[in-house]
Amino acid sequence: MLLNLNFRVIGETLPDFWTGLLATLTISLTAFAGAMVLGVIACAMSLQQRAWIKGPAMAYVDVIRATPLLAQLYFLYFGLPSLEVRLPEVAVGIIALALNSGAYVSEIIRSGIIAIPRGQVEAGVSSGLSYWQQMRLIILPQAVHPMVSPLIGQAIVLVKDSSLLSLISVLELTRAGQALSNDRFMPVEGLATTAVFYLAIYLALKLGAGIWNQRYQRMQRH
Amino acid sequence: MEFFLEQLVAIAQYYPVVLKGLAVTLAVSLTSIVVGGALGFVLGIGRAGKNSVIRLAIGAYTDVFRGTPVLVQIFVVYFILPEAGIELEPFAAGAIALSNITACFVSEIVASAIAAVPRGQVEAAASAGLTRFQQMRFVILPQAIKMVIPSLVGQFVLVIKDSSVVSAIGLFDLTRSGWVIVQSVPNGFLVFSLVGVFYFFICYPLIHLSRRIERN
Repeated sequence: MLLNLNFRVIGETLPDFWTGLLATLTISLTAFAGAMVLGVIACAMSLQQRAWIKGPAMAYVDVIRATPLLAQLYFLYFGLPSLEVRLPEVAVGIIALALNSGAYVSEIIRSGIIAIPRGQVEAGVSSGLSYWQQMRLIILPQAVHPMVSPLIGQAIVLVKDSSLLSLISVLELTRAGQALSNDRFMPVEGLATTAVFYLAIYLALKLGAGIWNQRYQRMQRH
Repeated sequence: MEFFLEQLVAIAQYYPVVLKGLAVTLAVSLTSIVVGGALGFVLGIGRAGKNSVIRLAIGAYTDVFRGTPVLVQIFVVYFILPEAGIELEPFAAGAIALSNITACFVSEIVASAIAAVPRGQVEAAASAGLTRFQQMRFVILPQAIKMVIPSLVGQFVLVIKDSSVVSAIGLFDLTRSGWVIVQSVPNGFLVFSLVGVFYFFICYPLIHLSRRIERN
């Protein structure tokens, strides 16, 4: 079945896949930037003592993590028009992806920060550092390195999740594959090509995480 | 406010649809958890084993599925297998795709837990005259299983959430029931909040459970 792929047709539709790849990358990058901002804010809030600051951030993280992205996407896609807010599908998709990944990013940052031994924070306090100085000079420099590879992991999840945007008719990689499947009745060619592009992104990110881990471990040994 | 109540009443009339969707979501998730979990254990043991051909083959296989979106995999099972003469219902197609991806993730979890069992223990077991199978059965797996339980529970939450994607091939699950209701009650926030509540009540206790086990 896979041996008689129609490579001529794949070649003909390759420009559509490049467009799709570019869209998937743009959507994922934009959403990931949004997720980082949301994640940092949610994490900073959840580390506070006061319940009215901490509560909303923790509720956000829990609600997002306990519900499917597709339901969140439909929530916005079908919900925003009832508030007379009409955004292009791709914008709705990016917002949903950013909101979704933001919760996971918040948890990654949080566990990086709480892994710093308490004694270090106390030492910082007793040498008279303010909260922000402790964060900037003691906690973050140590917490950032171990966060990188789980963050790359989240980026991988985000790229794969962006395929759901095809269900609200955003043109991206999965949609490009579907177009080839439906218009020319070639599901094997369409889906296989789509899968190859996603795999390439996955392997590139995985390689990046691997290189980072090696460098980080070497740094720790010194 | 009155309008809101009217919409709520309108949605309430759809409760049989939602319950049916909930049952389908639970059925497809549970099937995938059981089948995928069992398969994942077998793959994981092979992945952590001594035979490098098997190890690399399983690693490559799991990478292909871990590196592509669930939606694409569901499409592959539903639209490509018929080309090979295997026609599947949406439920079966969804269960196959979800079981397979669960197996891939569980395999990596199990393999890394097996690798985390201290080498000294395996050596001690070997010098006590245990066969390779006995070492697995009595020394490695009992410890590895304890380590994997929190991640396994976390993985099961992912399966339940991923099962929503099966609605894309027309399976009438919880998400699909929301999609149907929103066509006649055009308030997406309300409809999908209610859909979300159902998912939340299934997934949130599991997330908590996984955290609790991890702490103990």
